[in-house]
Amino acid sequence: MAVVKLGSGYNIGVPPGVCTFVERPAPAAIKPVDVKQDSSLPNLSIVSTGGTIASRIDYRTGSVTSQFNASDILVAIPELAEIANYRTIPLATILSENMTPAIWQELARAIHEEIKGGAKGIIVTHGTDTMAYSAAAISFMIDTPVPILFVGSQRSADRPSSDNAMNAVCAAAAATSDLGEVAVVMHASTNDDHCAIHRGTRVRKMHTSRRDAFRSLGIPPIGTVEYPSRTVTLAPDAVRRGTHKLALHDKLEPHCALVQFFPGMSPDILKAFEGYKGLVISGTGLGHTSTTLIPQLRRFTDAGTLVVMTSQCMNGRVCDRVYDTGRDLLDAGVIEGGDMLPEAALVKMMWVLGNEKDTKKAKVLMQSDLKGECNRRSAHGL
Amino acid sequence: MDYKKAGLIAGIEIHQQLDTAEKLFCHCPTTLRETTEHAGEFSRFLRATVSEMGEIDRAAKEEMKRDRRFQYYTYDTTCLVENDEEPPAPINDEALSVCLTIGKMFGMTPVPQVHTMRKLVIDGSNTSGFQRTALVALNGTLPNGGEIETICLEEEAAQRVKDEVFSLDRLGIPLVEITTSPCMHTPEEVQKMAEYIGMVLRSTGKVKRGIGTIRQDVNISIAQGARVEIKGVQELDLIAEVVRREVQRQQSLLAIRDELKGRGASVDTASAQDITVLFRDTKSTVLKKAKKIHAIVLKGFAGLVGREIQPERRLGSEMSDYAKKCGVGGIFHTDELPAYGVTTEEVATLKAHMKAGEADCVIIVAGASEKQAACAIGQVVTRAAIALSDKPVPEETRKMLETGSTAYMRPLPGAARMYPETDVLPVIISDARWKAVSIPELLTARADRYAKEYQIDLPYALQLAGSEKLPLFERAIREGIKPKLAAFTILSTVTELRRDGVDVRKISDDAYLATWHAVEKGQAAKEAIPELFRSIAAGNSFEESLKKLAPQVSREELEAIVRKILADRSDFIAQKGRAALGPLMGVVMAEVRGSVDGKLVSEVLKTEIDRALEPK
Repeated sequence: MAVVKLGSGYNIGVPPGVCTFVERPAPAAIKPVDVKQDSSLPNLSIVSTGGTIASRIDYRTGSVTSQFNASDILVAIPELAEIANYRTIPLATILSENMTPAIWQELARAIHEEIKGGAKGIIVTHGTDTMAYSAAAISFMIDTPVPILFVGSQRSADRPSSDNAMNAVCAAAAATSDLGEVAVVMHASTNDDHCAIHRGTRVRKMHTSRRDAFRSLGIPPIGTVEYPSRTVTLAPDAVRRGTHKLALHDKLEPHCALVQFFPGMSPDILKAFEGYKGLVISGTGLGHTSTTLIPQLRRFTDAGTLVVMTSQCMNGRVCDRVYDTGRDLLDAGVIEGGDMLPEAALVKMMWVLGNEKDTKKAKVLMQSDLKGECNRRSAHGL
Repeated sequence: MDYKKAGLIAGIEIHQQLDTAEKLFCHCPTTLRETTEHAGEFSRFLRATVSEMGEIDRAAKEEMKRDRRFQYYTYDTTCLVENDEEPPAPINDEALSVCLTIGKMFGMTPVPQVHTMRKLVIDGSNTSGFQRTALVALNGTLPNGGEIETICLEEEAAQRVKDEVFSLDRLGIPLVEITTSPCMHTPEEVQKMAEYIGMVLRSTGKVKRGIGTIRQDVNISIAQGARVEIKGVQELDLIAEVVRREVQRQQSLLAIRDELKGRGASVDTASAQDITVLFRDTKSTVLKKAKKIHAIVLKGFAGLVGREIQPERRLGSEMSDYAKKCGVGGIFHTDELPAYGVTTEEVATLKAHMKAGEADCVIIVAGASEKQAACAIGQVVTRAAIALSDKPVPEETRKMLETGSTAYMRPLPGAARMYPETDVLPVIISDARWKAVSIPELLTARADRYAKEYQIDLPYALQLAGSEKLPLFERAIREGIKPKLAAFTILSTVTELRRDGVDVRKISDDAYLATWHAVEKGQAAKEAIPELFRSIAAGNSFEESLKKLAPQVSREELEAIVRKILADRSDFIAQKGRAALGPLMGVVMAEVRGSVDGKLVSEVLKTEIDRALEPK
């Protein structure tokens, strides 16, 4: 069907055969908008990976607008200009399900350049589906003295009720705050009243569509930003600005996988991962697979594949010492992943195996806390 | 008034809620709730977004003058879709079918493919900031030869509880919007067409009934005037009055413009200034509370700002409505001062300070901040400049006030407020689907049929056909209840009970039917219906009520009761003979508490009296 826009603004679909070509209108010139930036404000860099922060349908140019520069964003969200000066780096225009470890590496390098260039904070606009993976990846790849904040929107930017503006404003406020680590800034509740700051290695998207889909698991959020006052409050254990020196460790081992165990799972499925350097299992309960999988897992570890056990429970710590199956898994060379989230463990494994070739040392690193991903104590309940 | 000469052109938009099982874009029931039942609350801000053509709609821009936090009530009958926390479900097919039926009734043509749009509305009444709407059919006809331009299927907005608080129970109820062409030329014609369209809609049997379920918007213009859309006329009887008053308003504004021109009036923008100090010691509570008071001189406007343009409305009211968009409570103007605690001396000081002459009018606004006061003065300037211009009647969306006058709401929205709803897939209306749509009998035709088939008087039948209880009546007929019994109960008994203060809404359709069946079976007398309904309305079940008010009385028991009554009154019988029947009917009916049909009582009574009169 051909879509016809009526004078009233309504669209209707009609069979293309009934339409007659009249003329093709000249593409309208895009009006440049003059946006004032205040040089006395801190410098922030916005790295875009294809998030929806200022996107919309544009029939005149015939596509979704992909112009991404400071003025586009400031026109869409004028309050941002009150917080900082912005440099914008369009890195990618992808939906976040199409994100790859290779793009994480490009992202890490771009962020590193910006911080080296003097940015006082980084905002990464990102699709929400895999934002937690990317935030974890950047956590491991960069030692940062300044805040690096991932932000997105759950409700599209082309609706008046979108959460994009408030999330972006809160992220900018957090980016100028005393924070000094990688985090995700998103709505804390369904209300437009405050955003939560979640540690990049402990955050998970826990709802398909709600604004407050992002939750810290295993620890409380490391801070909050009130809206519209933009007051930032950091938790005592949030890493402070300047704690770490800037460093980039951008190597990743892409041959790693995350496998969710399910009842009746055939060992044949695991065989598909033969030759992989590492495998994270999302097991049941305290960290189990069925006994039938154990011989195959043993073959993996014998061949030098690192196998780490995490839990589908999301909350709580793996312990393979309680039941027989657990002990058999340990005996097969599987190591416990502590209270790491399965996705964070996967990303960490890519980073560890990219940077440490000695399997023994890699095992130790997997069980150590590097970027807040692995708590020694289970201090917080569900 | 010669409306033809005045060049009156009017059209209407009718918004009618549909009585579907589920809402238009989610699977919640279409049930309205008491706000006290709300289960949760949340708050949001809205900001205007650009249209697909890259513009911001002028009506939306106007709403953006204020930062407003909206509060929403949720219920156990609302879901994440109403909260704007979940993408919409596919368009409700039941609602689309009703919409197609209505389209066919007006002889319209369906669009080949229905596209759902987002109509930008950022006054808070939609959590998303837009109202989803889809054009379903085009080009229908009206009995006056006029045209129905379009029928759209829309989602109902949230109900405003107060100020910025909205209730989400109503949000998403399916609504049809029927738009006529500007084909009406007198106030009465507008009302008649609205009545006709309403009747056609009710003929489907699939529309909601009761206050607020149908709303009329009226589009009106006169020669030299402008198109004005008046929203939310809920009572049909007021439509003609609304049209008359709008004609009066537009004519008054034209006359004021001519007078202003004659006087050489102007808006002295340079005179706008902060005059907070002048009212430092004022007795006026509004001015005393204000952080910033600004004023401006309208040269040559004296007497005209305060002139009535329709009952209870002045040019000053229009300026005040504009200023309110900045968040101020309104304006003061020297045509109405001294008043509201402002003294004669203060007015004199003000006029002197503003260098205002006899022919000038000074406008004051009281704001909570410099920004707010300046914004309000800006709005006054805008409205005053319009009053002076070649087009002194601005194109506006207005809301109806109680008596039929209107107040400014926002500029008329343009096409820029439409954006495709990317989350809803288009729906093809196939030829087969359209052909299969059957047209229900019009209520007027149905009334004729009732009159003929059931021997009900035509005025009564018309009333019945228009009644909310029509589906109940139809059901009663199907279940074998005598039409006259059902009609009489619905139109007469229940009306009397309602007038008596009985909450007849508490009587369910099932209770009506159970009562009628009891009457038909002889378990209760017709005469017992009002008492049974009173009991049911008071919260008792039908069974309890029947047991209490109409205990089962067998013929033998009835005869025994009658004999006892006759024995107690043997002298009376002897004296009156058969004429005792009438007076004793009431006595027996009271004794059996209406549980026996009057006919049977009369028959038994007659037999027993005859027996008592028999020589012993």
